[in-house]
Amino acid sequence: MKILSKEVLASDKGARIVKVIVQSPDIAAKAKAGQFVVLMVKEEGERIPLTIVKADPSKGSIELIAQEAGLTTRLLAATKTGDSLYSITGPLGHPTDIKRYGKVILVGGGVGIAEILPVAKALKDAGNNVTAIIGSRNKELLILERELKTASDECIVITDDGSYGRKGFVTQALKELLESSKYDLVYAVGPIPMMKTVSVITKPLGVLTLVSLNAIMVDGTGMCGCCRVSVNNEVKFSCVDGPEFDASQIDWDELSKRNSIYCEKEKHICRI
Amino acid sequence: MKKEPIRPKEKDIIPRVKGFDEVVQGFSEQEALQEAARCIQCKDPKCIAGCPVGIDIKAFINQITKKDHDGAYFTICQKNNFPSICGRICPAEYQCRKACVFTNKRSPFASKEAINIHFLERFVGDNGARKGLQAKAEGNNKYSGMKVAVVGSGPAGLCCAGELAKRGIKAVIFEGLHKTGGVLRYGIPPFRLPNNILDLEIDSLKKLGVEIKTNYIIGRVKTIDELFAEGFRAIFLGLGAGVPSFIGIPGENLCNIYSANEFLTRVNLMRAHKFPEYHTPVNIGKHIIVIGGGNTAIDAARVALRLQHMNGIEQDTSISYRRTEAEMPARRLEIEHAREEGVKFDLLVKPESFVGDEKGFVRKMRSSRCKLAEQNNSGRRRPIVIPDSSFEADCDLAIIAIGSGANKILTSVTPRLAIDQYGNVTINPETMETSIKGVFAGGDITAGEGTVIEAMGMAKKASCAILNYLEKRYN
Repeated sequence: MKILSKEVLASDKGARIVKVIVQSPDIAAKAKAGQFVVLMVKEEGERIPLTIVKADPSKGSIELIAQEAGLTTRLLAATKTGDSLYSITGPLGHPTDIKRYGKVILVGGGVGIAEILPVAKALKDAGNNVTAIIGSRNKELLILERELKTASDECIVITDDGSYGRKGFVTQALKELLESSKYDLVYAVGPIPMMKTVSVITKPLGVLTLVSLNAIMVDGTGMCGCCRVSVNNEVKFSCVDGPEFDASQIDWDELSKRNSIYCEKEKHICRI
Repeated sequence: MKKEPIRPKEKDIIPRVKGFDEVVQGFSEQEALQEAARCIQCKDPKCIAGCPVGIDIKAFINQITKKDHDGAYFTICQKNNFPSICGRICPAEYQCRKACVFTNKRSPFASKEAINIHFLERFVGDNGARKGLQAKAEGNNKYSGMKVAVVGSGPAGLCCAGELAKRGIKAVIFEGLHKTGGVLRYGIPPFRLPNNILDLEIDSLKKLGVEIKTNYIIGRVKTIDELFAEGFRAIFLGLGAGVPSFIGIPGENLCNIYSANEFLTRVNLMRAHKFPEYHTPVNIGKHIIVIGGGNTAIDAARVALRLQHMNGIEQDTSISYRRTEAEMPARRLEIEHAREEGVKFDLLVKPESFVGDEKGFVRKMRSSRCKLAEQNNSGRRRPIVIPDSSFEADCDLAIIAIGSGANKILTSVTPRLAIDQYGNVTINPETMETSIKGVFAGGDITAGEGTVIEAMGMAKKASCAILNYLEKRYN
């Protein structure tokens, strides 16, 4: 659980996106694209889920990328090379179903770019034609552009404020692509409003659309149901039944409300 | 002539609901001696058969009367490595005490006069733990060096590992969470089983040579075949029944509706009641409803009530149950404690739906009244909804405690492992062996939700079966 290295990938007005490489041979040996870990930074800390961005079985390490959004991610960002995490468990969740779909689009928003990277690599290796659309608020917060360009046949970069690449939202670019050509799969990770918009765009077109959900989790092993989501009107646990689901079947409104359960408490602990 | 039973002292209600200190204080030596003296040392003691692991109750009580408390400890440890745990949480009124000669034959559970065997066991266990007494390994060299993997560090896994270690086998426990104990840690609150007691009992297992690996999920990190390939000669599955059941009524996914597992895990394991010192949050309501009638429901209600007290909220926590108190599976003592502490009981009530506000938080629970059907052959009387009896209650936090099912993380990646329609692992009840040779199972993963001591009983049986298996295969 030793941190082998830490690097700040992006920083804007004090909000940073960091990459940590953690020694974890057992997880590295088994991790597949789409899976995640649950970690605790300190003994008094909480358990948070993070996607495994890269696993290196030969070095026995895994790579995690997190954006400072609350206390735990700030604590993670404050760690130094050589520090140890209190606990890390994984790999959790179902791996992405990697096969030859044909033409696929991957959409990553914000730190979600890190989460589409392993899937993009795996899909490209499986012989798919991969288009990546990556977007962030501004130039400062854009991460992994070079990596996504390597992992895709085409990579479209977008910023909300136009400070880099195209100006606008990733969903606009997605809409244009889908209007101009036929695609076989859309895979999206990012903030809930973004994933919901993706779903709104793709549903009438009937394009298979997978999203990796970011519900609140505790154990991450199916024991508590904190991460439950309604998928096609059935209750599913994101941690064991997901985290990927068919976007067209998700009750986005419910997910978005459930993700705000602890807003007050999070604000409180972040002020301390 | 038998004297009045001795009841251990309990922490006063007002201070105890403001924290998580243990409620039952346990016998002093004087009290233990008095209670032990009530035992008439039956020629043919029935209590022993009432204990799922067959502790020689008659013998250890006799040792207490002679003030041989250490001897009593070793007597218990021949059958049970965890006297301090079992003495606290066994539903003795359905087990050893129900079989006690002082229990009225017609009583559905132990009579008040039955010897307080569990409190005596606890006294002996705590004395042993305090003195660092250690169950002795029997040292059968035939097996030394052989490794057995134990999956899960709950009651079944701990018990199986302990039994194997006593016979010189290297038991390695794999636990998915960051802390050991399974339901003893995340489920049962510290006011029933303090963490230091649990730690002491687990430490004594480690002294026996048991190795524990936490953050290690079998089925994800390692498969069963890989464990065998690493040299484990047999595997015991004590995965438990950790997956919470939901009722399946409208509004159940509203914010502030918790499974009991989640609510208790946040508090017991993650210490959310100490937020922000500990970083895991938990919400608290003004009107809390817990649905269910088992020990989990009572635990959740008592935890909820304490959170209300600790946060200066006027207490309003109620248990909503479909049947009457007589049918509640919870321990009588816990029901009594919950009631003393101020938990309200709303009986013969069936929840129909939850109603939320615009932000998605629960505000009301709609329910119907029930009556009980006539007794039939199937056992418990079935609740029947009374037509037009629907009513609404204020509810801004609900906890669902209606039972749990099998976790499928391991079984879903192990198709050779036979499971039943509920996802529980199928075993041969005689040999405790699963459909895979050398893989044994016990506890809740084999039979839905049971008691801690039942899980330990099954694990003990499985440990004997594992020894037999090793004997036949490797002798």
